[in-house]
Amino acid sequence: MTGALMSSDPWLLLLVVVPLMAAPVCVLVRNATASWTIALAVSWTVFAIALKLLFQVMVQGEALYRIGGWDAPWGIEYRLDSVGSLVVVIVAAIGAVVLPYAKRSVEHEIPEERIYLFYTMLMLCLSGLLGITVTGDAFNLFVFLEISSLSSYVLISLGRDRRALTAAYRYLIMGTLGATFYIIGVGLMYQMTGTLNIADLTTILPAVADTRTVLAALAFLTVGISLKLALFPLHLWLPSAYTFAPSTVTVFLAATATKVSLYVLLRLFFTMFGEVDIFATFPVQPVLIAMALAAMFLASLSAIWQQNIKRMLAYSSVAQIGYMVLGVALATEAGLAGGIVHMFNHALIKGSAFMAVGAIIFATGAVTIKDLEGIGKRMPLLMGAFIISGLGLIGVPLTVGFVSKWQLVTATLEADMWPLAALILLSSLLAVIYVWRIFEVAYLRQPAAGLPVPKELPMSMLVPTWILALASVYFGTNATFTLNLAHAAARQLMGGL
Amino acid sequence: MLNIDDIVGLLNYWVVVVLMMAGFYVVIAQHNLMKKVVGLNIFQVAVFVFYITMGKIDSGSAPILDDTIQVYSNPLPHVLILTAIVVGVATTALALAFVVRIQRAFGTIEEDEIFAIEHEEEDLA
Repeated sequence: MTGALMSSDPWLLLLVVVPLMAAPVCVLVRNATASWTIALAVSWTVFAIALKLLFQVMVQGEALYRIGGWDAPWGIEYRLDSVGSLVVVIVAAIGAVVLPYAKRSVEHEIPEERIYLFYTMLMLCLSGLLGITVTGDAFNLFVFLEISSLSSYVLISLGRDRRALTAAYRYLIMGTLGATFYIIGVGLMYQMTGTLNIADLTTILPAVADTRTVLAALAFLTVGISLKLALFPLHLWLPSAYTFAPSTVTVFLAATATKVSLYVLLRLFFTMFGEVDIFATFPVQPVLIAMALAAMFLASLSAIWQQNIKRMLAYSSVAQIGYMVLGVALATEAGLAGGIVHMFNHALIKGSAFMAVGAIIFATGAVTIKDLEGIGKRMPLLMGAFIISGLGLIGVPLTVGFVSKWQLVTATLEADMWPLAALILLSSLLAVIYVWRIFEVAYLRQPAAGLPVPKELPMSMLVPTWILALASVYFGTNATFTLNLAHAAARQLMGGL
Repeated sequence: MLNIDDIVGLLNYWVVVVLMMAGFYVVIAQHNLMKKVVGLNIFQVAVFVFYITMGKIDSGSAPILDDTIQVYSNPLPHVLILTAIVVGVATTALALAFVVRIQRAFGTIEEDEIFAIEHEEEDLA
């Protein structure tokens, strides 16, 4: 990949700069509707750019932009490959679907005079998440990580319940520890290699890979990123943060933030340490598999016992992160493809599930499962979308969840780890239980007499929920496109072309 | 075995390790939300010292082009840490703002008391 193909591509920079510039504009207009309109326009623009880059990368393999025209490793370069372009599309697509939904939900949950600040933070968060994905510089990645983190702490703290404040505070403490671990790791790598450029690290790290410094760097980076990823047992911040954040924020973060962290983990293991066989030299694999399995089982079990519906879905997210990490831990092309495709699929599933829950809160104010009695009859259209995403969480055929699990099971069998395949199927049974609990309450019980009629749901909330639910059926029945993308991304990460 | 060079020559790194662990311990062990923020700051400052030490060379000069200067310190880690300090200040400001809001909402900034209040609310829900 040299010469004309690798010419500088300003679209990469615009992906980050457009939402970044929108943030101060939202502050200046100081008006709820105007700032929402700006955010909506930006999110759709970003989605268009992301799609353009995805198709471009599918043809060319890579896109590159040098900031200020300085060549790497002196300057910072933005670089997008197959897996990066897929993550960019996930983030941008969720942003584009969430914003129409946000208008009414945010008006309902956040005081009018703070709404413009809400969209400011949402734009910063979007910019940070996209920045993490496109940057080719390890320290620049830290800066974007902190931009997205700080803005998400603020977004979470805007929840109506006062417990949102403590949830945001705990996330801030753990998130900052994670980010600081990450820069310690980057510092140690810089000591040994003298470079911060990720592509440069790939070529230089093998020569110093057996030093204790680099081993320490790998450990710090892995723990730091796992904290942001909410990999079990570092997930403690996640359930409360998702439960008490405003509905829109929960949808956005659940569908994007952990996916971007998983992307950073992939970059660490397969790009920075791509030429070092860390899976053979360090005990990375057994540790990751153990944590992934613990997440799949323990978090699913916790989900079964939850009374608050958002908290139940949050624990389910921790479990689903386990599946993604399991795929990554196999360190085979099929395993990585499974992890990557589940990243995309889970964004659709959890996006629509949390949107449905947000809409229930909007219409009835219900937050616990027992408040949902008979809701299937009272809000049939909305609950239909919720049930589809619930089936996706279980992994029922015709939904995206089935595609992910099928790919993961195939990958474990290919890697001769059939007990893992059995455990994946077994843990899906736990998902059956927690989804069934909702179904039973929503459809098989009569609503208590004298409940107020649910508020009529605006189209702007119903349609985005159904878009994600239908997308999860569409990509569940036509999985060729996503699977091909995931395989291409996995091949590129594993070092082939 | 540790000899005197390892202790005196690597003094900065020893300081970094001690500060880092002390800060980390405070973040985990303290129940007062304010003290946790202090611990977080100590932890971050340890990382700043680590980066600054890494770039410094004995008798190395700042990166100024001059015939009389032969040895330069690496300015890049120092510049990086300027960024990290800014990020640290922003994080601290936000954390303090949260502590103020928590104090107003719960009437306390002791974690165990807040836990107790939250558990009561959970039972009511």
